[in-house]
Amino acid sequence: MPTLRIPTPLRAYTTGQSEVQVEGATVSEALDNLIAIHPALKPHLYSDSEELRPFVNLFLGEENIKELQGLATPLKSDDRLMLVPSIAGG
Amino acid sequence: MEIITIPQIQVSLPATASLATLVGNTPLIPLHRVTSRLSPDVQVLVKAEWFNPGGSIKDRPALNILRTALADGSLSNGKKLLDSTSGNMGIAYATLGAAFGVRVTLALPANASRERIKILRALGAELILTDPLEGTDGAMRVVRQLAAEQPERYFYANQYDNPANWQAHYATTGPEILQQTMGEITHFVAGMGTTGTLTGVSSYLREYLPHLQVAAVQPDGPFHGLEGLKHLASSIRPGFYDPSVPDRVIEVSTEAAYSMVRKLAQQEGLFVGISSGAAAQAAIQIAEGLTQGVVVTVFPDAGYKYLSDDALWGAGE
Repeated sequence: MPTLRIPTPLRAYTTGQSEVQVEGATVSEALDNLIAIHPALKPHLYSDSEELRPFVNLFLGEENIKELQGLATPLKSDDRLMLVPSIAGG
Repeated sequence: MEIITIPQIQVSLPATASLATLVGNTPLIPLHRVTSRLSPDVQVLVKAEWFNPGGSIKDRPALNILRTALADGSLSNGKKLLDSTSGNMGIAYATLGAAFGVRVTLALPANASRERIKILRALGAELILTDPLEGTDGAMRVVRQLAAEQPERYFYANQYDNPANWQAHYATTGPEILQQTMGEITHFVAGMGTTGTLTGVSSYLREYLPHLQVAAVQPDGPFHGLEGLKHLASSIRPGFYDPSVPDRVIEVSTEAAYSMVRKLAQQEGLFVGISSGAAAQAAIQIAEGLTQGVVVTVFPDAGYKYLSDDALWGAGE
């Protein structure tokens, strides 16, 4: 199962977990399954029109999925997908 | 010798003795087109901080922190200045550090924009890239540990707790705003990162204008794209932040700030960074509720460092 790595600001919505294993053959499916487990994450990741919010960056290894196939990027069972926060303050 | 006079050109500044003398005294610029729906007796003015030599408002606190540390001996014996940063403070330290002959070591999250990392390296700063998942609070923990382990090697500048940060704004930004508005300012609006600008400017202005209304700006949630701003409830709180300073806290969504950044560029000719978009959004929101007033906000930097952000500018050619 792919692993989603959760940044500090979102751990309040994953009961403190820094990593969550989810089923999913694509990034989109993995995110859907993540939200199914932790529904409070949804407004932080998706807009009201169900689009990924513009500042949400997901990295597969060193690559931003925006430079791969976006939400359709395929995932292997041992992939680790990282949700990267923006850089705050100072 | 024939004297040639060139019309329209006025030499206002002689050659200066140092880069440090160019920090501060930035322009205050009125917004026009994005504020066209406001009451005619309401103005929104923006402090154009990208005019500082290092390109951002952070030159002010960085200069004061450096000067204070050099004066009290904290930066003696070849110590390096050490701090964590989201980018702009690091650029200010590296710029002024190079000019002063002080070596600079900075921790910042590894997902900082390519432009920022390249600028910092170009200025000779030593970089420690920290876990992107931990954000700037993670970078702060790394420098705290390094400073505790090697106190003989580093001066920990600690922009989040060092009073020389907010005092720089008390001593410069605040007086400039009072003078530039001729005391007519009614509302001050500032984004919160270290909260140095908010704290220093508000403290100064309230000594002269006790009825001044102060609004702080923060992201509308813990996960956001407003680089440079902190969602205080979910972050390590800066040591000098006093929650009684702002009369109100305005939360701005990343999407609204992005939209305002594009409007400022295309309708005002102000090519500014994301935190400026958030500040403008909040300032205009306040101004819309007024029939009379002068709302002043701060635009911390220009837009160049955000050009690689395709979410902001699109991936087009």
